[in-house]
Amino acid sequence: MFEIFGVPSQALFGQLLLGLINGSFYALLSLGLAVIFGMLNIINFSHGAQYMMGAFVAFLLLQYMNLGYWLALLIAPIVVGCLGIVIERVLLRRLYRLDHLYGLLLTFGLALIIEGVFRNYFGSAGLPYRVPESLQGGYNLGFMFLPTYRAWVIAFSLFVCLTTWFVIERTNLGSYLRAATENPSLVRAFGINVPRMITLTYSFGVGLAALAGVMAAPIYNVSPQMGSELIIVVFAVVVIGGMGSIMGAIVTGFGLGIIEGLTKVFSPEASNTVIFVIMAVVLLVRPAGLFGRAT
Amino acid sequence: MTSVVAPLSPAKGTAASASEQIAFALMVGALLVAPTFIYPLFLMKALCFAMFACAFNLLIGYGGLVSFGHALYFGWASYVAAHLAKVGKVSLPYWVGTWHWLVIPLPPLPPELAILGGTVVAGLIGLVAGALAIRRQGIYFAMITLALAQMMYLVAVRAPFTGGEDGIQAVPRGTMFATLDLSNQMTMYSVVVVIFLGVFLLIYRIIHSPFGEVLKAIRENEPRAVSLGYKTDRYKLVAFVLSALLAGVAGSTKAIVLQIASLTDVNWPMSGEVVLMTLVGGMGTVFGPVVGASVIIAMQDYLAYVGQWVTVIQGSIFVICVLLFRRGIVGEIANLLRIRL
Repeated sequence: MFEIFGVPSQALFGQLLLGLINGSFYALLSLGLAVIFGMLNIINFSHGAQYMMGAFVAFLLLQYMNLGYWLALLIAPIVVGCLGIVIERVLLRRLYRLDHLYGLLLTFGLALIIEGVFRNYFGSAGLPYRVPESLQGGYNLGFMFLPTYRAWVIAFSLFVCLTTWFVIERTNLGSYLRAATENPSLVRAFGINVPRMITLTYSFGVGLAALAGVMAAPIYNVSPQMGSELIIVVFAVVVIGGMGSIMGAIVTGFGLGIIEGLTKVFSPEASNTVIFVIMAVVLLVRPAGLFGRAT
Repeated sequence: MTSVVAPLSPAKGTAASASEQIAFALMVGALLVAPTFIYPLFLMKALCFAMFACAFNLLIGYGGLVSFGHALYFGWASYVAAHLAKVGKVSLPYWVGTWHWLVIPLPPLPPELAILGGTVVAGLIGLVAGALAIRRQGIYFAMITLALAQMMYLVAVRAPFTGGEDGIQAVPRGTMFATLDLSNQMTMYSVVVVIFLGVFLLIYRIIHSPFGEVLKAIRENEPRAVSLGYKTDRYKLVAFVLSALLAGVAGSTKAIVLQIASLTDVNWPMSGEVVLMTLVGGMGTVFGPVVGASVIIAMQDYLAYVGQWVTVIQGSIFVICVLLFRRGIVGEIANLLRIRL
């Protein structure tokens, strides 16, 4: 056991790990928000509710069909993504020619509906979800104990984030997507089905949220309100990073998670407001956000 | 880019139109007769939320600024007014090497000073939050106001004077101006009506002042207003602070009327609720927020037995309003009759 800045290493690295975990969720969620905003020009307020739904799908699969974590990791994003397709086709599609505000209001309404329905059927108390057997246990690294599941969450979300970045920035499909973000009518003129691309983008974004929800289920309990508070923090993360850049969203998400974790070591009270304080400072110093383009 | 609210029929002069005068007379008449057949406490609650929605409407309907964190001003004003009326003593933390408390030994204050105190604090918070939020536009503005409100919600959860989960309960109504005993329900009602009409007329005056006209110009086309030489940031900040102040009046009055300040008032669903009230009534209409607040508060009261489903119903109203009914109740009526309301 050794100390860093007068803090036992065990505590420091423990909080750093927690920070990285939170950061993984911030990154996955703000990435989804940024991708959706890029294509649809809508801030998806129901992102938190869709994250919560992902966790609940995993919970229900285990409870009623005895399907474990690994299948949930595949099925939950598909289920929530399909719901996203319906939402985009039936509701959001009608709003593209209106002010951004209406997209925010509509998805806020959706978030209220989804959260209310789940609270009716499952109550407000958290429901536990077991860590899958293959990921139980952990490693003793000498300076700290690393639970396998937490290592998996960090590694896997990093993998998902970087894959998304790669697809959007480095592949043909991604170039269509970026082009459609810039000028949809021109891309349409080239024979690309932009409306379908928009639908799939939304469904992919909410699928990412659901994936994050499944990963969060064993760490936090599964509860109807697990998404709403998280999403407000993610909004602050998005304001700090700016939504212009995919890599920016990933870096900001992980970075702020780490800062939050480190703050907890020195002042537990300050840790849940530190991201908002950073947002205020960034607004003063760099109003467009760290990775944003001036608007 | 389409505007947030449907363009209003061009204002002919600044005098109130006949339709507005009639509607105002109807509203005052309704406020006079209503307590004979509706429970006064319910009316007062509705009026407090109507003030809150009117203050919010000033920002969204006339300034085009979408604040998603107005519970911050409402809730904190409510806490401050409740604390001043019940305890009085103010302890402010400050940092000199370590944390100290600056204690101002005040007695429990009469309701008029408590309301004033809550309003001033809401205005000060609005000044800071507004100065930060106006640095970004549109959707970011909404996210920033929401995030700042959440931060101050977390502060309210921790701060010792707010009483955490319990809130500040059993706030004394006291005696206003040393003559009006507010524990009498009808006296309290009259005071709330006077405050409400004062706020309503003030907002009406602001909207139709040269300042209000510039605000509407900024809403319609900000770059153009800038090119005409208006310092738009300053106008937006003043509008923001005015809106926060008036939301503070609403929150403080609510604390005295309902004798409680709690975390519900300062949490994000409250910010959503005031958006809903304004949306249902009609953004950018003078009477819309009053109608919207009455409808939503009545709905909550009569549907209290369905429990959690109220959230679902509110969410559905949001979705329906956004898809089919963007002008809101008053906006649709005004559009149908081709009048200004």
